[in-house]
Amino acid sequence: MKNEFDRRAFMRISAMSIGAGALLQFSPLAGTARGNAMSRLFHKQNGEGPGSFSIVQLSDTHVGFQGPPDPLGTKAFERAVDVINGLDPQPDLILFTGDLTHDSDDPAEHAKRFKTFRSISDRLRVKKRMYVPGEHDAALDGGVLFRENFGEAHYSFDHRGAHFVALDNVSLGKPIVGDDQIAWLKKDLARFPKTAPIVVFTHRPLFDLKPDWEWFTADGDAVMNVLAPYDNVTVLYGHIHRENHHTTGHAQHHAARSLIFAFPDPSAAEKKPLPFNPQQPFKNLGIRTVSGNTAARPFVAGINDVELSIRELSGSEGIQQLLKQGESL
Amino acid sequence: MKRTIVVIAFIVATQLGLAQEPAPRVVEITAKRFEFNPKQITLKRGERVTIRLISTDRAHGLLVKPLGLDLDADEGKPSEKTIVPDTAGTFPAICDHYCGSGHGNMKMTITVE
Repeated sequence: MKNEFDRRAFMRISAMSIGAGALLQFSPLAGTARGNAMSRLFHKQNGEGPGSFSIVQLSDTHVGFQGPPDPLGTKAFERAVDVINGLDPQPDLILFTGDLTHDSDDPAEHAKRFKTFRSISDRLRVKKRMYVPGEHDAALDGGVLFRENFGEAHYSFDHRGAHFVALDNVSLGKPIVGDDQIAWLKKDLARFPKTAPIVVFTHRPLFDLKPDWEWFTADGDAVMNVLAPYDNVTVLYGHIHRENHHTTGHAQHHAARSLIFAFPDPSAAEKKPLPFNPQQPFKNLGIRTVSGNTAARPFVAGINDVELSIRELSGSEGIQQLLKQGESL
Repeated sequence: MKRTIVVIAFIVATQLGLAQEPAPRVVEITAKRFEFNPKQITLKRGERVTIRLISTDRAHGLLVKPLGLDLDADEGKPSEKTIVPDTAGTFPAICDHYCGSGHGNMKMTITVE
């Protein structure tokens, strides 16, 4: 019982999302008895003590996609990189939650798209970057290209007292995590107390958000059953190209926006990308800020959206600044 | 002796009963990159029906959660399941085995009336 602590009394969170995701800021309530106890615990469990840190989540950049819903290709992704590079202080960790690239039937072309993705993401000043694949990255080749570029598709690590778990729910072709990975997850979590802060990042939602639109993971319930005993679970995901917040048990699920185009609200009759608006080229690909109150619920907080668009890039004249010479809409 | 006759009669009656049960209607759905054929089928509520998924190119799925349908087929490897739909309605069916950039549009409709 000595190891037990109340995370609500310990962590303070505020979050900001950049088109594709959330900048989550965690701060320990230093000086409190519980905070100090937790600090000792994580130092013992993880080899590092907890401290304040911030995360940016990016998702669904679809490098290589070029089409009517977004004629600007990688421009929103590049703009997000610039915005993140301008943050002061810099986040110390960036999570990419899949569909980094848009697939191609030609493996050489797909490999080229991975290379382009890396050339853009390498402009980020933050060097600690973690990735999981989306189906567009890994479902056609079983994750071969993804692993060549980024290593394993599921793994875990500790950071400042939180345990991060990367889950792959696309590489088997079907929207599943699979029995082997679920067994690995159970074993991976076994060393942690039930109150440990756990951040899962993955591509598809781990609950049935809208199965008809493929917004689900077939064995998501089995994954959440493994996570169910843990009191402080945050799931960050992408795939649905829009912001979404959902609670299952003790887990808070947060969807990140895309950096290519947005899908409509799941209550809509049809899953059809929202049309490109030349007057607001990054509409629905903006920045989200979230501030939290740990006295209530640390991971669910007030949300503020700020569009990624800036005045200089709006309107038909602004669009021309984003297009390469000779390009047209 | 009397007991034996009763048992035999029971077995015969059971066998006859099974033999008289009609075979389920078979509905074939063909899948190829990024379409199903037909795009719409109609089933009757309470009817035993076998849904057979046939792929002509690569791995595809047919998922209709409300009807308990979750089939996977590959080229030359059809799959099937017999169901008895008990709820009337129109149910979207999707391919849930990622098959390429047009995968998101690979869907059909199953109507139960």
